[in-house]
Amino acid sequence: MEIIQSSWHWGFSGFMIVLVMFCLIYLGQRFGVSSSFKAFCSIAGAGKGISYFDYDWKSQSWLLLFVLGSVAGGFIASNFMANSSVMPLADDTLQYLSQLGFSEPSPGSIAPEEIFELSNLSNIKILSLLLAGGMLIGFGTRYAGGCTSGHAISGLSNLQLPSLVAVIGFFVGGLAMTYFILPLIFTS
Amino acid sequence: MKNISFLLVGIVFGITMFKSEAISWYRIQEMFLFDSFHMYGIIGVAVVLGAALHQLIKRSGLKNIQGDQITFNDKPKTYIASIIGGTIFGLGWAVTGACPGPIYVLIGSGYLSFVLVLLGGLIGALLYGILRSKLPH
Repeated sequence: MEIIQSSWHWGFSGFMIVLVMFCLIYLGQRFGVSSSFKAFCSIAGAGKGISYFDYDWKSQSWLLLFVLGSVAGGFIASNFMANSSVMPLADDTLQYLSQLGFSEPSPGSIAPEEIFELSNLSNIKILSLLLAGGMLIGFGTRYAGGCTSGHAISGLSNLQLPSLVAVIGFFVGGLAMTYFILPLIFTS
Repeated sequence: MKNISFLLVGIVFGITMFKSEAISWYRIQEMFLFDSFHMYGIIGVAVVLGAALHQLIKRSGLKNIQGDQITFNDKPKTYIASIIGGTIFGLGWAVTGACPGPIYVLIGSGYLSFVLVLLGGLIGALLYGILRSKLPH
């Protein structure tokens, strides 16, 4: 029951990600989730005027099934395998976040209610933050040609230099956001 | 049958992302603050084991389910796109606490605000497609 209720060790988690990557390779595909954004745009008809989306999205139908499975996996894990204890975060992180006005996570919580509680969508600042954050993810991953799965895991483990450059970029952006921009947005 | 396989692998991925806490905004802040080994452990193990897997597949000449020998394409050497696009994505990763895979998992986990993040992601991808020819790569 331990594996069902408690959070997984980082070593086991890393192993499971590689297992997922191997399954996709064995099934004739490659591990990379951000391509699904391109496929959804193409399905919505973006290929009519924009050549980037003018491709056979049906070749990506496997990925659409994969992301559908990911949604289902999140549903299964959160409903039947959830850890009801408080996430064991580093004290320094909790202290940094409390300076920005974030309270300690409540039991079972994985994302702060200060941003992700649904009622916050009526707050124009939070609404724009979520939409703009998503736009940075969509634009950035398509520009870089991959995200954490395609570059950091698949690319690095296949010793691809462009992937290493992309991961360096992930950290340049991530560090800038966490250290400099988040404190500007959330000054308490 | 093959379609069900992709669905099943997606389910395993979703459960893994949830149970590893890699989809947690808190864990992402902890990573970028260098306060915990947790996320580095996950990605590090995945990269090291993944590198061994790639070598093993290449040397053994393993065939995939269709019976074709497995080969890997090199990533395009568009370093400018890698660094600029990567940095833009990093900003979005740190503010939402999610990369593309976790966005889907979080929606399934009941964090429905991520539907808006997904919508933003699609708009962002659309903008890239429109501006692509004008951007340095």
